[in-house]
Amino acid sequence: MSIVECINVKKTYQQGKVEVKALRGVSLSIDEGGFVAVAGPSGSGKTTMLNMMGGLDSPDSGSVVVDEHDFDKMNQSELASLRLHRVGFVFQAYNLIPVLSAVENVEFVMLLQGVSQAERRERAKAILDDVGLEGKYDRRPAELSGGQQQRVAVARAIVSDPAIVLADEPTANLDSKTGQGLLDMMKQMNEKKKVTFIFSTHDHMVMDYARRLVQLRDGLVVDDQVKKG
Amino acid sequence: MTAVIVGVWSMIFIGALMRGVEAQFVRNGISTLTGHIQVHHKGYRNDPAIENSMTEPDVVGTALEKHLPPGAGWTFRVRVDAVASNARHSSGVTLVGIDPPREARVSFIGQAVTEGRYLKPDEAYGIVVGNALLEKFETKMGRKLVLMSQGTDREIASRAFRIVGIFRAELEATEKQFAFVTMPAAQQMLKLGNGISEMSILLPNDQDVPQVASALRTELPAAEYEVHTWRELLPLVNAYLSLYDTFIFLWFLVVFIAMGFGIVNTTLMAVFERIREFGLLKALGMKPWWIIKEVLTESFLILVIGMGIGNILGLLTVFALSGSGIDLSSFAAGAEYVGMSRVIYPVMHAKDMAMANLVVIVLGLLVSLYPAAKAARFTPVEALAHT
Repeated sequence: MSIVECINVKKTYQQGKVEVKALRGVSLSIDEGGFVAVAGPSGSGKTTMLNMMGGLDSPDSGSVVVDEHDFDKMNQSELASLRLHRVGFVFQAYNLIPVLSAVENVEFVMLLQGVSQAERRERAKAILDDVGLEGKYDRRPAELSGGQQQRVAVARAIVSDPAIVLADEPTANLDSKTGQGLLDMMKQMNEKKKVTFIFSTHDHMVMDYARRLVQLRDGLVVDDQVKKG
Repeated sequence: MTAVIVGVWSMIFIGALMRGVEAQFVRNGISTLTGHIQVHHKGYRNDPAIENSMTEPDVVGTALEKHLPPGAGWTFRVRVDAVASNARHSSGVTLVGIDPPREARVSFIGQAVTEGRYLKPDEAYGIVVGNALLEKFETKMGRKLVLMSQGTDREIASRAFRIVGIFRAELEATEKQFAFVTMPAAQQMLKLGNGISEMSILLPNDQDVPQVASALRTELPAAEYEVHTWRELLPLVNAYLSLYDTFIFLWFLVVFIAMGFGIVNTTLMAVFERIREFGLLKALGMKPWWIIKEVLTESFLILVIGMGIGNILGLLTVFALSGSGIDLSSFAAGAEYVGMSRVIYPVMHAKDMAMANLVVIVLGLLVSLYPAAKAARFTPVEALAHT
């Protein structure tokens, strides 16, 4: 079953007097439980593609359907609600809230969802244990390494059992060993919790981990391969 | 927050000063012989001549005893325009013949004599004048002053009085205007018999004025007597009072407009500094309306803390100045022209304090809506790309 369905998605940005065609008609269907890398050089449109899937931006034409929700028919408030409950984000720059501790950062999404305090704390700690940060609950982001911060970001992304997790170049700011550890953890989450992971990347390590590799170039899909085994 | 603190402090303090001026207008007006209510012969107000005197003061006295509440004081006076003169100067004054003990309970003169002595009840030739009049006439205690007016026989009535006391008043104009003698002395000089010019009443409670005035109007024959409240006798003061609430509200608005720029500027700067944060919150699923609520909540906290400190500072300032007041001597001439005293004592009204706080909190949240809406309108993509 498709968890993400993009049909002929086009997006053009205006940068001063220059028009930048980020997506020129991308059609892509991703099944539930997938571990997919959307790869390509800088400017190929991969981040834009992820933004479309997460409802952070809207296409000029084409449609995006995530978890049977057609973004075209939704207003900003409904999109926000969908992101809150069904989409997790992992950003290149981690984007943790600096004044909150690790466990509070993870709890934040559940706070917005209206989960009770006791349950929030219990689930947040459990997910931090899963991502290998047991005992570091009360550390602020400034007290964590880059890899640890990214693990907190992953924990925040998956704590609310989203339908998809969109990770935009999650290993870009990490060394290879840390990045590999992160990818191992995310793969475990994918297999254990059946969460669909979609990466935008130009890191070959991420591409190697992915079970499906979609190649973008100049806003178009040029290759789409499912790895055997 | 500094803008809020300074704004609220100034609203409360300046508002209290304005109320102090207002209270002094009223106090000066009432104590300078007006009282809360006056009774005159019909037509006296239009023509305060000796012919319009009340010839049967006992009738009025009986009515007063019947309708005045406990604690009220009243007195009767002879009051005519006269000319005071000595060897060097002459000047128009108001000659006031008083019953000294009764007068002391109703008007300022009983406590105002600062040199010499107050009048004795049957004193025939003693006069109490204001310090400013004394200086104007270049005379002193114990010297003579001739008062001249028109008697009931339409002939010139005059008498030489000896200065036995000097009074000081809030306004120099009062010191120059009034010259006090005893009632019998004035009646004899003017050949008035038992006639009087006015009855003046001081009530213990200002709120009783309309009711007592109405009762007296009912009791006394309208063809012979007229009853006026202080608001009717002092139309200028009454006009000031009716405008004062509007003045104070306008003052609050002006202060708030100045403060409002500070609030909007601070909130807007805070929003722009946190563009990435708002982008992240939207990406995580915070709805636009929640972002507006968050920014408004932050503004609300700034307003409440600022208001708290501003209120405390305002109250402390009012309390500190309530004893000594603010001395406007250097502006005295201008202040006297509009009936203001030289020293102003701030007066706190709870409703002014409530209005100041209400204006700040309501308008403060209103002006914060713009930065809040701005924060809610950032798209996550633009905001997260912001450095």
